[in-house]
Amino acid sequence: MEKIAVSSEGPDMDARVDPRFGRAAGFIIIDPDTMAFEYVDNGSSQVMAQGAGIQAAEIVAATGARVLLTGFVGPKAFQALNAAGITIGQNVDNLTVREAVQRFQAGDVPVADAPNSRGHRS
Amino acid sequence: MIVAVASGKGGTGKTTVSASLASVWPSPVVAVDLDVEEPNLHLFMNPDISAQDPSYIEIPEIDDEKCTRCRACTDICQFKAIGIFGEVVMTFPEMCHGCGACWTICPEKAITPGKRELGQILSGRSGPSAFVMGRLRVGEAMSPPLMRDVKRHLNSGNGYADRDIIIDAPPGVSCPAINAVMDADVIVLVTEPTPFGLYDLALAQQAFAPLGKPMGVVINRADIGTRDVYDHCQKTGLTILAEIPYQRDIAEAYAKGQIIAAAVPSMRALFETLVGQIKTLHGQPSMAREVKHA
Ligand code: SF4
Ligand code: SF4
Repeated sequence: MEKIAVSSEGPDMDARVDPRFGRAAGFIIIDPDTMAFEYVDNGSSQVMAQGAGIQAAEIVAATGARVLLTGFVGPKAFQALNAAGITIGQNVDNLTVREAVQRFQAGDVPVADAPNSRGHRS
Repeated sequence: MIVAVASGKGGTGKTTVSASLASVWPSPVVAVDLDVEEPNLHLFMNPDISAQDPSYIEIPEIDDEKCTRCRACTDICQFKAIGIFGEVVMTFPEMCHGCGACWTICPEKAITPGKRELGQILSGRSGPSAFVMGRLRVGEAMSPPLMRDVKRHLNSGNGYADRDIIIDAPPGVSCPAINAVMDADVIVLVTEPTPFGLYDLALAQQAFAPLGKPMGVVINRADIGTRDVYDHCQKTGLTILAEIPYQRDIAEAYAKGQIIAAAVPSMRALFETLVGQIKTLHGQPSMAREVKHA
């Protein structure tokens, strides 16, 4: 099955989902068949004055993930992730990374067809 | 000489002062509206506009066939206006500042400069004065490059040479405001004698002081508030160049969109004196320069 990226506040499966996509602390990239995972830092996007979402989208696309689970995605990052063929599950916050992945596998995360981040500045 | 009329916030009477200065200036000037987000000098000066030129910024156009996804362009772009998402390369034109770094660096010559319209430069005459204004396209967020284009227009001949220039600067102290006063020889700050007026005046003074230009203050509606603005000017060595009283005939002329120096005789005299004051200020060393030399 395809790799899943989850925006995360910390480096392991029990960390909380970071609700912000562009300014997330990092991403956990999971192979759903084995549940093996790796952590990718997003620190360089966090400090950007603008374009954080675009840079975060580049980072996620470069991991080869085909699914992204997160809280809010801004319009430009949404456009970019879409173009890269990455499926986006939004509003997956208040959960741990592990719970988010389980929910997605159970088919309980609706796939977004529009960005949900309001008041997005760039 | 270039005179920039600025203020820490909108609504202080900055544009009225600009239009009045242009109308009493002893020689024909170029009146320039650099408040490109909300230009309104033309509402007072009623110019005959004879030319309208679009202004563009250069943005990247990427040839997908030639691009090897080497990432050189996206790595160099400070504004993230180009992204590479897996195998997909994408530009975000509205985030591009037109610096040209990407098409300079691309090893495959896959990027060529295209263009995005920033707005329009309108020019014409108002009586003996030449008139130039920049107007930002609706939805466009970047005013400094359009302002630079307006300045370039001023330097392009067009019969502006040898004329003094009066710039109506955008209100505030952000990048566009600094950009507008940067080339001036004298900065005239317009304020009101109220606590808000004082606050915004102090901000503007702080923001512009590093430029090392002579600055003076015009106090509008001079008798409505307190003495705090006067005390502040005295303390910080800001010259008060003129005080425009709060008077019915002035308010009426203003409300009709008239130039107060043209419509109210006492104002003509006041602005003529102001021109003299500005000329005296020009050539005086500024506070900032004195500090630097000390
Ligand atoms: S021109 Fe400059 S700002 Fe625009 S995309 Fe290229 S590098 Fe980025
Ligand atoms: S620098 Fe040129 S070749 Fe490299 S990714 Fe950008 S457009 Fe493609």
